[in-house]
Amino acid sequence: MTAPTVLSIEGLSIRFGGLTAVEDLTFQVREGEVLTLIGPNGAGKTSAFNAITGYIQPSAGDIVYRGECLVGMKPNQIAARGVVRTFQKTSVFSGLTMFENVLTGLHLRGKQHPLAIMLGLPSVRRDEERLRAEAWEILKLVGIEARAGEQASALPYGELRLLEVAVALAAKPTLLLLDEPVSGMNPTETADFMTLIGRIRALGITILLVEHDMKMVMGISDRIVCLNQGRIIADAPPAEIQKDPEVIRAYLGERYVRARG
Amino acid sequence: MDQLLQHAANAMIIGGTYALLGIGLTLIFGIMKVVNFTHGELYSFGAYMMYAWVMLIGADFMVSLVLAVVLGIALGALVEFVLLRRLRGADIDTTMLVMIGAWIAMQNTEQLAWSGVAKSIVSPFPADPLVLGPVSISWTRLFVFVVALVLIAATYALIQRTKLGKAMRATFQDRQAAALMGVQINSIHTATFALGSGLAAAAGALLGPVFVVYPTIGDSASLKAFAIVILGGLGSIPGATIGGFILAFAEELGAGYVSSGYRDAMGFLLIILILIFKPTGLFAQKERIG
Amino acid sequence: MTNRILSLAWVAFLISIPFWMEDLYYLHVLIVTGIFIIAAMSLNLLLGYTGQLSLGHVAFFGIGAYVSSLVSLGFEIHVLPNTTVSLDPKPVWFAMLVAVIFSGLCGWFIGRVSFKVRGAYFVIVTVSFAEVVRLVSLNWMELTQGPMALNNIPYLTLGIPEVFEVEFIGKVPCYYLVLAVAVFTYVVIRRLVQSRAGRAMIALRENEPLASSVGVDVTRVLVLATIVSAGLAGLAGALYAHYVRIVDPDVFLFIYTVTMVIMVITGGKGTLAGPIVGGLVFGIFPEVLRGFQVQPEIQWITYGVLMILIVYFLPAGIVPAIRSLLPRRLVEGGDGSVEPNATAEARS
Repeated sequence: MTAPTVLSIEGLSIRFGGLTAVEDLTFQVREGEVLTLIGPNGAGKTSAFNAITGYIQPSAGDIVYRGECLVGMKPNQIAARGVVRTFQKTSVFSGLTMFENVLTGLHLRGKQHPLAIMLGLPSVRRDEERLRAEAWEILKLVGIEARAGEQASALPYGELRLLEVAVALAAKPTLLLLDEPVSGMNPTETADFMTLIGRIRALGITILLVEHDMKMVMGISDRIVCLNQGRIIADAPPAEIQKDPEVIRAYLGERYVRARG
Repeated sequence: MDQLLQHAANAMIIGGTYALLGIGLTLIFGIMKVVNFTHGELYSFGAYMMYAWVMLIGADFMVSLVLAVVLGIALGALVEFVLLRRLRGADIDTTMLVMIGAWIAMQNTEQLAWSGVAKSIVSPFPADPLVLGPVSISWTRLFVFVVALVLIAATYALIQRTKLGKAMRATFQDRQAAALMGVQINSIHTATFALGSGLAAAAGALLGPVFVVYPTIGDSASLKAFAIVILGGLGSIPGATIGGFILAFAEELGAGYVSSGYRDAMGFLLIILILIFKPTGLFAQKERIG
Repeated sequence: MTNRILSLAWVAFLISIPFWMEDLYYLHVLIVTGIFIIAAMSLNLLLGYTGQLSLGHVAFFGIGAYVSSLVSLGFEIHVLPNTTVSLDPKPVWFAMLVAVIFSGLCGWFIGRVSFKVRGAYFVIVTVSFAEVVRLVSLNWMELTQGPMALNNIPYLTLGIPEVFEVEFIGKVPCYYLVLAVAVFTYVVIRRLVQSRAGRAMIALRENEPLASSVGVDVTRVLVLATIVSAGLAGLAGALYAHYVRIVDPDVFLFIYTVTMVIMVITGGKGTLAGPIVGGLVFGIFPEVLRGFQVQPEIQWITYGVLMILIVYFLPAGIVPAIRSLLPRRLVEGGDGSVEPNATAEARS
């Protein structure tokens, strides 16, 4: 219990009509850690992400980030408070180049008044130069600067997924939510991605992850929360999770054995 | 008070045809995700067909009415088949641009075919109005009202009771699931567009003899239909039905007590009020279709 | 750099036109085309960059025309039984400024109301708005003279009275005025779309959920685009009013909106040059048809059919089509993308 709690989920429930996606979910994310949500498909992980980032309204419960309640805020307001997410299905601005994607992601870091823009004031030009430099830094951090000028729709899958992370990083998160970032990647790409997570951590960004790739989950998580049918069945460090009989029964068992073998 | 009753009676009668217009448009939007700018042109097509059969050919009024609706259905099916089928999967803006193009082409074709001069259609009903206490209603209007109600009921029955209606509802709720369950999406789209167009043509054929017919009547019909559909919530059939009556009341009262020049502005006023106070429409389902 | 030279050459060519074009009628066609191009550029900001179709754009154009005319002519109206509101004639430049601001305010209102819900609402609200404004111009006789039209609208004069004044009356001065305003509009839109605000607009068009996840306030950005777009359309309308010097409710005809839309989609929505190319094509096209003595109905039918064909066969428009034919190097940086800075960084 060293680091303070930054995100606290209390009694979160999400229902669609008669269907309960998440029920009475409670967990905390601590400053600087990598926390992973695991659980079988339909366990409510993505729904929880959507609720935290304001894309759906929870039916009940509290979501508090650094002392501020996020429930009822719009996604952009939540992003402005440092909580930024990626999407499960690859989601980029596909008509733009990689560089433009990241530049667009820098929206919150720009300081340009519409009138100043239309008048063409020099402050706007300076701000643009600063943003371009920052975009370049982010591309380098993620390691995709070589193809900066290429249109996103022309990129191979692995780089698209990296671009998504770059766009999210551009929004200057203090808490980054990654929704199955390595799904569909090959083992080399996954390994690279794990080192990227290390670099992001080093920037002081807390990470909340949803992921099925157990090798990655076990390799990078400080703590794992396992959901089943909308409820938490375990909340512990990786080493303990691997031994938890309920987790193995519900979810981990077969897959993890396969991953290890 | 007497005047108010008279306005209310007028509004009820016009409201029935407005509801037809609105139901047609909301069906097409709900099921096909097409903002149908040709809707008003189908309305004026119905009115002109009525004029052609009754006044030029001299056919029986009732026969002409049926023919106008059937031809409207056929024209709707044709529009869907020629213009929309190849745009399946295109985004809503693309289909909208195509429908705007079709609207302009259709309206000007009408203008060429019928000239800009207003036409009137003679109805076979007695000229003396039906007088009920302070309210007087022409027999033609009464007939229009009854037919509109019958058509509304028939549309409900079609959607609730028939196999086609079931397939339409399934497509409305979840197109992919419906397709997986063996619903022929292509045929459903054609049927929907044809049905919606038939309803618009029916509204035109019914109101043609009440008012006069000229090429741009379709524009205000389209605008009214949009207002009705927003009022009721995009994609909601009961919403469109009630929306039709609400718009008719607003127009009748606005024209009666404010200024007749602003009759057609009432729809916009209602849209603005709805968007300010209840943006999802009066009767929208919880999960929006729009 | 090549782009800058091309633009300057193009402007120089446009400046030279009155020197060698002797038929004033053609100059008139160019002036009207130019006014429509300004309106089309403003529409492109919404339709092309945010992906929202304003199908009542002529409302902002017409409001600009009426407001500028009324402020420069002065008016007196009776609002309540005992209250009159009157305005003395004001200078034309001031009237035009009021027109721009008023149109922008209308854009703010329409955007505020219709962007609460997404989907087809904006289209429907704008198209109905245009119809209502037309009805008002037709029925509010005391203010607008209704179908009798506002006549003798003054022309624009700039400078210091009795010292040095330019009078924008007649074809040649008006041509330069329209050209100057068109360049101004182009520059404003270009600055906007290549800035943080413009990127947010494009982001909404490309991927709205992602845009809001990086902090783009959807409503705010759309309303901003609508205000600027409406204000510029109002400016085009004001220019129109002080050029033809008579305004009647026909300025609100729907077919003008259609002309703007078709100019934008033909030229290429979401490109800076698109509305200009499309505007020139559709500004000159009716004149060609006039040569063949076709009826206006045929002209409009042709427009409608062309619109459908363009959506089917040239969905991105002329400018992107040409661009994809050109070698890539020529195009880079055209709309200000990665270049100078990024490549400099890459080398270091």
